Amino acid sequence: MTAQPASITPAPLILPDDIPYLPRGVRLADDRVRGIRVLQAPERAMQLDAIGDAILGELDGQRSMSAIVSGLAARYNAPEDQIAGDVRDFLTGLIERRMVFVRTP
Amino acid sequence: MKDQQSQPRDLDGNPVTPGLPMAMLAEVTHRCPLACPYCSNPVELTRANAELTADDWGRVFRQAADLGVLQVHISGGEPGARRDLAQIVARARDAGLYVNLITSGIGITRERLEELDRAGVDHVQLSLQGIRPDMADRISGHPGSWDKKMGFAEWVRDIGFPLTINAVVHRQNLERLPDMIALAETLGARRIEVATVQFHGWADLNRKALMPTREQAAFARAVVNDARIRLRGRMVIDYVPADHHAVFPKACMGGWGSTGLNVAPDGTVLPCHAAQTIAWMRFENVRDRDLGEIWRDSDSFNAFRGTAWMPEPCQSCDRKTVDFGGCRCQAMALAGDARATDPVCSLSPLHAQVVARAESDAGADTADLIYRRMRKGD
Repeated sequence: MTAQPASITPAPLILPDDIPYLPRGVRLADDRVRGIRVLQAPERAMQLDAIGDAILGELDGQRSMSAIVSGLAARYNAPEDQIAGDVRDFLTGLIERRMVFVRTP
Repeated sequence: MKDQQSQPRDLDGNPVTPGLPMAMLAEVTHRCPLACPYCSNPVELTRANAELTADDWGRVFRQAADLGVLQVHISGGEPGARRDLAQIVARARDAGLYVNLITSGIGITRERLEELDRAGVDHVQLSLQGIRPDMADRISGHPGSWDKKMGFAEWVRDIGFPLTINAVVHRQNLERLPDMIALAETLGARRIEVATVQFHGWADLNRKALMPTREQAAFARAVVNDARIRLRGRMVIDYVPADHHAVFPKACMGGWGSTGLNVAPDGTVLPCHAAQTIAWMRFENVRDRDLGEIWRDSDSFNAFRGTAWMPEPCQSCDRKTVDFGGCRCQAMALAGDARATDPVCSLSPLHAQVVARAESDAGADTADLIYRRMRKGD
């Protein structure tokens, strides 16, 4: 693997101890017409797959990302490393869109 | 039993398949204390006595939700000009819709904003016409607008609504774009929409005063790209570029009759807010027919669905499902034919002419504005 120059490597937007949460104006919802789950946010409704829905369902504004990862790993009987990567990438995309906020402990 | 629904067809009779709309623009009034010279409302404005009631809107919102709409953008005019705005908002939430309120911030007191909070507004989008009192008040044609907007933004923040700043840019304010982005940050906005004036309706009357130069369009692109990197994770920047300077047209509405619809103050249902500039097209009204039927069955919505209606050079172009031939209203305005390839496309035979006219307008030595007003007696 080649290291990227520091100037173009974006800083991580969430660390294991950070507490991610859905801010006001962002909420999970059922789309009864299409039969899917969506994340409703300012000017945007995003279709969620089962994994995204499961991750966002864990955001209670209390638990850190690492606690959420452990919980999901136990629940789905999956390696914690793999879950950690999936959760971090998924949440990073939503933090970039300001659909998930992060509180530092 | 109902008759079997007839097959929806485009304007040439080709069968089309209506999808499900995600979002609806509800223009609840054309009344507005501002007079912005690029207003997206039609030049022929609807009077107050022709507006749908809050109960009418409630019915429309339920039909919209049944049809698959997830979000409503409550706009105008200035939606705050409706004294029953909180009732309209409450009915949208009752229908299960996510409510975006798009406002100038003028004419909504703090008390009313708190009432709108209780009614269920999810998100507030505030328009700014400039970054200082002189520019903001001159463009909006409303002395004192700047101070009122700054006060309104403070209330939005106190109450805790998510805030989007809507900055319309043009030749007279594009140089200040970095300041506009900085101001949005200061106001605590989660998003800023930087939208270059789209030259329809009122804006088209003001082309010579508002058309950006090619250099300004390039400057705006660079400013937006820099700010996106700098503000990553802090503020989202949505950008609508100046399409007169583009290589390909914008995918207007994500395709005609594809994902969005617009209900005008009097209940007319439009595939986009400028659709009435296509003079030959007939539009239906929620007073006469269910919104879902209009979406699925009306000639207006079906006219430009799919790709079969497209002429060359769109028909054989592999971008035809990317930009859908561009904007039908712009084709109407610039080519005199709503079916034509959007003339801002570099593949359009009219492109050179359109660019020459844009360059000429951009170099016009005038800042004089024709303000958006209802005609006398209206």
